[in-house]
Amino acid sequence: MITTLLYSMTGLLLFAMGLFTLFIHSHPLRKILAVNVMSTGVFLIMVATAYKPMPLGNIDPVPHAMVLTGIVVSVSVTALALLLACRVQETSNLDLLERKKQARIPEESRR
Amino acid sequence: MISPIILPLIAGLLCFLLNRRTFAIALAAAVANLLAVCFLTYQLLLFGPMRCHMGGWQPPLGITLRSDGPAVLMLLMTAVTGLAITVYARGYFSHRILNLRQATQHQEQQRYFWPLWMLLLAGLNGLFLSNDIFNLYVTLEIIAIAAASLAALSGKPASQLASFRYLLVSLLGSLTYLLGVVFLYRSCGILDLDILQHHVANGPGIRAALALMSIGLLLKTALVPLHFWLPPTHANALAPVSVILSGLVVKGSFYLLFRLWFEIFTQLITPSALNFMGTLGAVAILWGAVQAMRQHRLKLMVAYSTVSQLGYLFIAFPLSRIDESIQVWSIVIFMALGHACAKSALFMVAGAVFLHLGHDRIKDLNGVRASLPIPVFAYGIAGVSLMGLPPSAGFIGKWLLLTSSLTSSQWWWALVIITGSLLAMIYVFRVMSRFFVIPEDYSVTTSAPLSPLLEWPALIMALISLFLGLAASWPMKILATGNTALTQVFPGGLP
Repeated sequence: MITTLLYSMTGLLLFAMGLFTLFIHSHPLRKILAVNVMSTGVFLIMVATAYKPMPLGNIDPVPHAMVLTGIVVSVSVTALALLLACRVQETSNLDLLERKKQARIPEESRR
Repeated sequence: MISPIILPLIAGLLCFLLNRRTFAIALAAAVANLLAVCFLTYQLLLFGPMRCHMGGWQPPLGITLRSDGPAVLMLLMTAVTGLAITVYARGYFSHRILNLRQATQHQEQQRYFWPLWMLLLAGLNGLFLSNDIFNLYVTLEIIAIAAASLAALSGKPASQLASFRYLLVSLLGSLTYLLGVVFLYRSCGILDLDILQHHVANGPGIRAALALMSIGLLLKTALVPLHFWLPPTHANALAPVSVILSGLVVKGSFYLLFRLWFEIFTQLITPSALNFMGTLGAVAILWGAVQAMRQHRLKLMVAYSTVSQLGYLFIAFPLSRIDESIQVWSIVIFMALGHACAKSALFMVAGAVFLHLGHDRIKDLNGVRASLPIPVFAYGIAGVSLMGLPPSAGFIGKWLLLTSSLTSSQWWWALVIITGSLLAMIYVFRVMSRFFVIPEDYSVTTSAPLSPLLEWPALIMALISLFLGLAASWPMKILATGNTALTQVFPGGLP
């Protein structure tokens, strides 16, 4: 039982960490990674759910099927999110603005 | 029963692979979907609610599809609106390809629009039919992926940013929902909704599951503190996409939320939780309407009006305690049906106006009435439904809300509903009066005439929302069938 609890708590911790990063950071890539960490946390809890300390040592196969489906979904969603993030960077030129701003700051400080 | 899911899915794949005659395929799928849903309705009236075990596997292990009164009504709404959207999108894209420069870009947009739209339709139908909480998660994700890609289709920087945010928000919503599913599975060990109904008992795990699932779905439904993503996404997308997002996608997650609250977690729901949802709904009505009045662009105004109208759906929550559950279902279904028809008509009109004038700034809309009589007529009728004047569907919904709030002596909700209607009248008329002011030096022939495909779907949707109130007994009959008859079970194929 203690093993299940350990894994579940780790999963919850991962979920919370991902959520925190998603809210705090503004960079698109960080946000995507945060969502990935969150989904990993949920999958970890699911895998832990499958473990049932029974006399025969059986495990529950249903959460495994759920985790597999979840991984497929999460891969495709991550691909889409990365593509959109690239498009945002290209079209809105956020990067360029940032670089200009950074280039300007040292100049001003020199004066 | 699986044909409403399979047909659009196959059509979407065909559209993507064949890359020719995509409109014909999509139209055929939309019509076939409508026919399939009509057949489902007929079956429902004949046999009562039905279950379909996919692949012949029984419920604790297999996935079940279910058609009952509310599900069939939502399917009907999706099918009718979907057909109108398909026709409208054809007119929209052919107009842009013919009349503007950058024709290749619009052809590209049209090429990707059809498969994504069909995929979204399949996801929505799956959401309404599915009877398994994990399967519902998968349909939520299908809808999120298709909707975010559709929103990004217009290619403008603003819409790209908005759709990226939209994707992240829906991901957050579905992950929270998934965590709730895990908690529920941990406590009960069952995914099927029918069996869950009897297994849910009050406990910390189940309360956490309820809270997580509700937060996730509220985020996707854009109830007020969580509505920040909706207006930029809906207003910056292409016109047919705005219609899809505002008319249908938001209803999907709301339907799921309502189903969970009033079928699965009925024992856990306390009056304070219901009042909390009602309060959020009331804030949504007022805040959305005030924001709608302050907007300078027509599409943003319509998007904020969606935020406001979604509030009415949540006002129904605290009224459920006293009345029979069938009464609440009919209120919610009526509000949802009326809003889907009226809002899709409004966004279609906004798109037509945008194509005609090249902008949608409200203060420069003078004299549109002279050049676009049919869309302006449609705008007026849809506005009637939003304000809730008889005989529209919005009137029936608001009337039921008012009577049940007064009979259950919760008069403060009635105040909010009336104020919301007044505010809706203000923001609808603010644009309407612009349409009718014709400046003296106004010439009617400003640009190429719009094709009838752009004008008539809007009018038809608006008329449906107007006359749904007169035919109110039919949806009531379909809803009532769900509660009386015995359940019919169909094994779906062999294992």
